[in-house]
Amino acid sequence: MYGKTFCLAALLLVSGTPPASATPSTELKDPFFGEVLYYAHQHRYFDAVSRLDAELAQYHGVDEPLLDSLNFHINQAEFSVGDFELGYRMHQRAGRAISAVIEGNVPAAVRNEAIYRLARLLFQTQDYVNALHAIERIRGELPAGMENEIAFVKGQIYLANGRFGDAERIFAALEGQNGYRGFAAYNRGVSLFAQGQDARGAEAMDSAGSVPGSERETEAIRDKANLVMGSRLLEKGEAQLAGKYLERVRLEGPFSNRALLGAGWADVKREDYRHALVPWSLLFKRNVTDPSVQEALLGVPHAYAQLGLYGKSALLYGSALEKIGGELDKLDASIDSIKQGRFLQALVREEGRKDKEWVIRLRELPQTPETFYLMELMASNDFQAMLQNYLDLEELRLRLVSWGTDYAAYNDIIELRRRYYEPLLPSIDAQFRKLDSVIRLRMEQRERLDNKLKKMLVAPQPEFLATSRERVAKERIAGMEARLKGNRADADTLHRIERLKGVIQWDIATNYQARLTEAFDHLAALDKDIAALQETYASFVRTRQAATQSYQGYDEQIRRLGINTDNALATVNTLMARQGHLLEVMAVNELARRRQKLEEYQVQARFAMAENYDRASKARSQEETSRLDAGQKTPAKVPATGQPEPAKAKEAP
Amino acid sequence: MPRAIYGLLWIALQFAVPAQAEEVSREQIKGIDEQVQEIKKDVLSISSELKLLEEKLLYPSNTQVSLFVSLAGKEKFRLDSVEIMLDGKAVATHVYSFKELEALQAGGMQRIYTGNVQTGEHLLKVGSIGKGADGKEQHQAGEYRFKKGIGPGLVEINLAGPGERSSGIEFKDR
Repeated sequence: MYGKTFCLAALLLVSGTPPASATPSTELKDPFFGEVLYYAHQHRYFDAVSRLDAELAQYHGVDEPLLDSLNFHINQAEFSVGDFELGYRMHQRAGRAISAVIEGNVPAAVRNEAIYRLARLLFQTQDYVNALHAIERIRGELPAGMENEIAFVKGQIYLANGRFGDAERIFAALEGQNGYRGFAAYNRGVSLFAQGQDARGAEAMDSAGSVPGSERETEAIRDKANLVMGSRLLEKGEAQLAGKYLERVRLEGPFSNRALLGAGWADVKREDYRHALVPWSLLFKRNVTDPSVQEALLGVPHAYAQLGLYGKSALLYGSALEKIGGELDKLDASIDSIKQGRFLQALVREEGRKDKEWVIRLRELPQTPETFYLMELMASNDFQAMLQNYLDLEELRLRLVSWGTDYAAYNDIIELRRRYYEPLLPSIDAQFRKLDSVIRLRMEQRERLDNKLKKMLVAPQPEFLATSRERVAKERIAGMEARLKGNRADADTLHRIERLKGVIQWDIATNYQARLTEAFDHLAALDKDIAALQETYASFVRTRQAATQSYQGYDEQIRRLGINTDNALATVNTLMARQGHLLEVMAVNELARRRQKLEEYQVQARFAMAENYDRASKARSQEETSRLDAGQKTPAKVPATGQPEPAKAKEAP
Repeated sequence: MPRAIYGLLWIALQFAVPAQAEEVSREQIKGIDEQVQEIKKDVLSISSELKLLEEKLLYPSNTQVSLFVSLAGKEKFRLDSVEIMLDGKAVATHVYSFKELEALQAGGMQRIYTGNVQTGEHLLKVGSIGKGADGKEQHQAGEYRFKKGIGPGLVEINLAGPGERSSGIEFKDR
């Protein structure tokens, strides 16, 4: 039973490896994907997911996605959706997104990365059995640079499923890897303890507790390992060794209060009360809302009593009672404050959006007494998940409210555009139709010319390229011939006509190639003008279309969005109320638990104080009797309170 | 109080699970969590549709221009602020928070401005203030002429710290 509790506690407390980086592996080709990353790197996952969803929808909607700039990052984008959804605590959708990649036709390394991410997701949602099934599906090539990360998560999954031997082997292999030494040793120690191999477990835990490094994570795992070792040894009665481990824990880390308390108890177990006062006196001065500090309030006078300093002990019990009384009042005030809804108000204050440590800092603010005692609760997974949900719901609520006002503005814009464009468009359309018919006619003429010229390349037609002068001249000559036909023309005249016809024909025939080239040049020049005309035409069509599109076709969409927004807002408000209530219940329960504990301390302190006063009085009277017996008749000093003064001679620890 | 009890009390405290009087069950927590995930999905869907609608309504592609800020050299340059003028008119200024700077250094791109311009040539002027690796404040300025075509105009403004390359501000048509 203990082993299982210990294991789960260890699992919950050990930090995992950092999430896979969303940094693009290649140069960014798509600025909109870059924008998605910009939000994701700031943990603004709503914005990241929302934009990436829109980007992916557009990518999959275009005719040729390969030409889309997102294509350069499509694998990363498909993965990132799942990652960002996970960051936004949408486990169900993240799982579906990752499963879609696994089922797709992708290389083994990509598929394995997707399986790994799915397994990690299932592990994070405490679905350990399915996480195990998933991680064991990894076969073949692993994604480059992620081998250790995958192995570490696999080890954690084995541990959670009770496969301690498999987990131990994985962690043993990881201990040599850079950046994993402390975590791997710690988890190997947990695996060994769970298998009942205490000696080897202690060796591994000792290694984790002495791992070198000054990074925050390394220091934390070192402290954690030493605290676990100290606790186990203390439980086994090996107080001397327990003290050695507990003293290794840093004085300013998150585990320091518990370590100081344990170090004091280790000394007490060895009956070294004087030494126990050293860590406990340090604790005594710390934030009194901490459970370890509260225990030390009783521990310190207990140690003094054991040293025979009953008077000092009684006084310190009195001081502890005073503090406990103050804390009980504070707890009552906190419970009242939570019941009045102030806890939820404090959680969603503006500062929270700027500072993710805000909830922790709340404890420091005098105006938020309801949060003083919630540190432990806030560190629990369930409370954190619920708190994050509540904060997410508040963020959604603010967005929905803002969108609700946006729709009215959009409707105004659309109405203004409608009023501006609708009177203008009929006359513009009429003019455009006239121009359009002229343009179409000219385009047809150009097409005819183009066809003719192309045919002439195959079958030369010099007559088609005769100049207008030549045509007129030929017509005049033909007219002359017709007139002379009825009359008797002299041979000279006929000869001259034939000669003129010959000259014209000669010119037409000999200039044909040059004229054909010139005609093609003119056609090319015409094409340029036509291209410009077409551009103007297209631009007009686009502008005309844009004018219409700027106010048509939105009404239904905006109306539907408005309804969806209202419905979503109603749901968000309901969920916030329910989630808020659960948070309040959990907070009040936690405070009540702490209150109960303090009340127990209060009873113990009262009894112990009375007992120590009695002992002090007894000691004083014994001392007095001894003095009287020895013939010394010095009267005992009685303080104004009527209580006997503790024995001064023995007071200094 | 007997020492043994104190000892046990301390050990129990290390692994204590908070006990609740009016219990909040795991089913309740799971149930509401699933509903929260559902509403997130719905709101994301509204958000994506709204984004496309806004773009179509306010920044149609034939007039849309978007300006993106990115960092070169990543870690050495501490960008403090950026000021942008488009065709002689100030269109964007931004002072960077630490989180935003980190996001840029990690490879993100900030869409600093989206607006509407006519097709044709436009003049972009950018000024930035930042600190280099030596901690000295550095003012940089650059300008760029870009041609806006029929499609949306996308320009990346890439900023680098002092000494990282010849020009502190580079522009790329996207």
